[in-house]
Amino acid sequence: MRWLFIKDLQILRRSPLVTTLLVVYPAVIAVLIGFALSRGPETPRVAFLNEVPQGQTLVLAGTEFDIAGARTELCARIDCIPVSNEDEARDMVRSGDALAALILPSDLIDRLESLSTLSPSQPTVRVLVNEEDPIKARLVDDRISSLVTQANLRISKQVTRISANYLRLLLEGGNFNLLGQTFNVLGLKNTERILEALRPELPADSPSAGALDRVIQFSRLARQNLNLASPVLGAIAHPIDVQKEVISGSPPSLDSFAIAVAVTVTLMFVTVLLVAGSLALEREENAFPRLTRGLVGRTALLVEKVGLGVALSLLVTLLMVAGLALFVDVDWARFPLFGAAIVAGGAAFAAFGAAIGGAAREVRASSLLAFMISLPVAFVSLVGSGTVSPILYDVIKVIRALFPFDPALDAISGGLEAAGPGLGAAVLHLAILTAAYGVLARLALRRFAA
Amino acid sequence: MRCFMALPDDPIPFLGVFGESATTGRSTDGRVVIETQGLVKRFGEREALKGVSFAAHRGELLAVIGPNGAGKTTLLSILAGIRRQDGGTVSRDPGEIGWIPQQAALYRRLTVAENLRLFAHLEKVPDADAAVDEMLEQTGLGERRDDQVGTLSGGNQQRINIAIGLLARPVVLLLDEPSAGLDPRQRERLWEFVLGLAGAGTTVIFSTHNIAEAERYGQRLLVLADGEALFDGTSNDLHAAVPESGARDFEQAFVAFLRDRGH
Repeated sequence: MRWLFIKDLQILRRSPLVTTLLVVYPAVIAVLIGFALSRGPETPRVAFLNEVPQGQTLVLAGTEFDIAGARTELCARIDCIPVSNEDEARDMVRSGDALAALILPSDLIDRLESLSTLSPSQPTVRVLVNEEDPIKARLVDDRISSLVTQANLRISKQVTRISANYLRLLLEGGNFNLLGQTFNVLGLKNTERILEALRPELPADSPSAGALDRVIQFSRLARQNLNLASPVLGAIAHPIDVQKEVISGSPPSLDSFAIAVAVTVTLMFVTVLLVAGSLALEREENAFPRLTRGLVGRTALLVEKVGLGVALSLLVTLLMVAGLALFVDVDWARFPLFGAAIVAGGAAFAAFGAAIGGAAREVRASSLLAFMISLPVAFVSLVGSGTVSPILYDVIKVIRALFPFDPALDAISGGLEAAGPGLGAAVLHLAILTAAYGVLARLALRRFAA
Repeated sequence: MRCFMALPDDPIPFLGVFGESATTGRSTDGRVVIETQGLVKRFGEREALKGVSFAAHRGELLAVIGPNGAGKTTLLSILAGIRRQDGGTVSRDPGEIGWIPQQAALYRRLTVAENLRLFAHLEKVPDADAAVDEMLEQTGLGERRDDQVGTLSGGNQQRINIAIGLLARPVVLLLDEPSAGLDPRQRERLWEFVLGLAGAGTTVIFSTHNIAEAERYGQRLLVLADGEALFDGTSNDLHAAVPESGARDFEQAFVAFLRDRGH
C-alpha cells in the first residue's frame, strides 16, 4: 500500500494543474473569506446625506432631542459614509460602493417638531437602494426598516414622555410655559380638594349641594383614571416586548461559522474530486486488473485512496485555516478537536468520492458526477429550518443525513468553538457514512474490471 | 546486450534474446503446468464460456484463436485470476502467472523506471532495483528510463507492458493480443522474444486475431467460437479436419473449419 501511496503522490506531482488547484484554491478562498470577515458583516456601508441645516436642534414640547446621540447610535449600526450631495449618494449606490443611501431632508426637524403641535406633518427620510439582486434588496429592506423602526420608537418615547408631563400637570397642577408666558394650572387634585373644602359650608338644603357633589365625584373619577393613563401611554409607545428563548441549537459565532463553511466546502471538493479521480484513473490506465490480480486487494486499494484523500485534504484545509487566522481569531488550543473533525469529515468525503469513482469508472465522468452531486448537497445543507415548506425541509433533512456535508460542517463548527454543535454526534454520523460509502465503493469495484 | 522489439529508430540494435537457438527450442517436457476443466462464465444471460477444457505444458506455446466474441479474452482473464469462473476448475503448478493485457496497463504520468519499480515492489521482487535495470536492458529503453510513459510510442509502451508481466519471472505467461498495434518489424522481434521465453521453459498462452501468426508461432491451437472449444491440436491437425474445403492456406482452412461447424 505504501508504494501505491507514493505512486499517487508522484502522479499528483506530475499534474501541475491539479497540484496548483490544490494549493491555490484554499489560499484564494481563505483570503476572500478573510477579507469578508475582517470587514465585518454587521456594518453595511450606507451613504449618509444630512440636509438638515447645521446647528438646528429638535425641540419637542420644550424638550430638546439629542440629535447627535441619535446619529452616533445610527452610525454604530451601519457604516455611515458622509456624502455632500444627492448625486454623490446616487453614484455610490449605483457603483456598489454603498449598499444604500440615507437622505435626511432639510425640513425633517420642522416636521418632527410639528408632531407636538395641533397641525402635525409627518416627517419622511429618503432611501436610495440598488436592487440589482434579490438578496441585496432584501438585506437593504430589512436593515433600513429596522433603522426607521428604531428611530420612530425613540421619537415615540419622547412624545409619550411629553404627553405624560401634560397629564401630570392636569392631575397635580403647576406652572406651564407657552410662548414665553407662564401659566398656572390648578390641576384635578387641587380642584377636588378645594371643592371638598367648600362642600360643608353649603346649607344642607342648598340646591347647589347636589350639583357640587357631582362635580367633586367627576373630579375624583377623572384624577383616578388619568393616573392610569401614563403607564398606558408607555405601553403604547412600546407595545410588544420580545423574550427570546433558545429551544435548540447553540450557534457558534459568525466568524467561526464562516470558517467552518469555507473549510467544509474546500474539504468536500478537494477530497471528493481527488479520491474519485484517483480511483477512476486506475481503471482509465488499465492498471486496476493488473493490481488486483493478487498484488493489491480491492479493499486495500480503497483504504489507500481514502488515506490519500484524508492526508491531502487535512494538509490543504489546515493551510486554509492558517491563512484565515491572519484575518480572524482561530483558537489553536482547539486544534486537536477541529483537526479530528477535519479527519473525520475527510474520511467520509473520501469514501463518498471512492463510491463516485467506482461508479463512474472514468476520471472526467467521476469529476462531473462529483460536482453534480456535491454542489446541490452543499447548497441544501445550508438551507435553514423554517425558510422552506415543512415537506421540502423533511426532504432536505434526509439529504443532509445521507451526505457528509452537514455532519462535517457541524463537526468542524463544534471543533472550532465550544458554542458550536456537538462534536461527538457529528463525528459518529461521519463514521457511519464513511462505512456506508466504503461498502458502496467496494461493491462498485466488483464491476470495475469489466 | 539483450533486448526485444527494438524499433527501427532505436539507438540500440536488436541482438536477439536468447540467440538463434531460442526459435528452435520449441519442445516441451510434457509436464502439465496449467489445466482447466469445464470452465463456464456467464455475463447475465449470455454464456461467454461453455465448458472449456484444455491443458498446457511446460515450455509450450498455445495459441487461442477464434472470431470476435469467441471468449478468448474471457478465458485468459480467468486464467490470470482477474475474473472468477461461474463453473469448472482451473488447476496449475505453484508459481507466478504473468499477464500482459492487450492495452498497456501503465501509469502514463510515471516514468518508465518508476512504473517498473512500482510493480517490482508490488510483486515483492527481492531486489527491485536490479529487476528494473534488467528489464530496462531487455526492453532497450535504458536511455528513456526517466521519460514519462505517456511520451513513449505505442510500441515502446507495449515493451514496458510486457516487461512488467515478466518481473516476477512467471512459469506461465498470458498474452492477450500481444502484437496488436505493432508494425511487422516490432511483431517479429516480439515473437522472437516470446519464443526465447518458451525455449527457456516458460509456458506461453496467447490470444490473437492473426491466424498466420497463430499458425507460425503456436505449437498448439485452441479454437474458440461462441464460448465453445471447437478444436485443440496442431495447425496440421486443423488442416486435416477440413479435407474437402479446397483451402489453399491456413487462414482459409480456419474459416472453412468454422463455417463447417456453423460459425
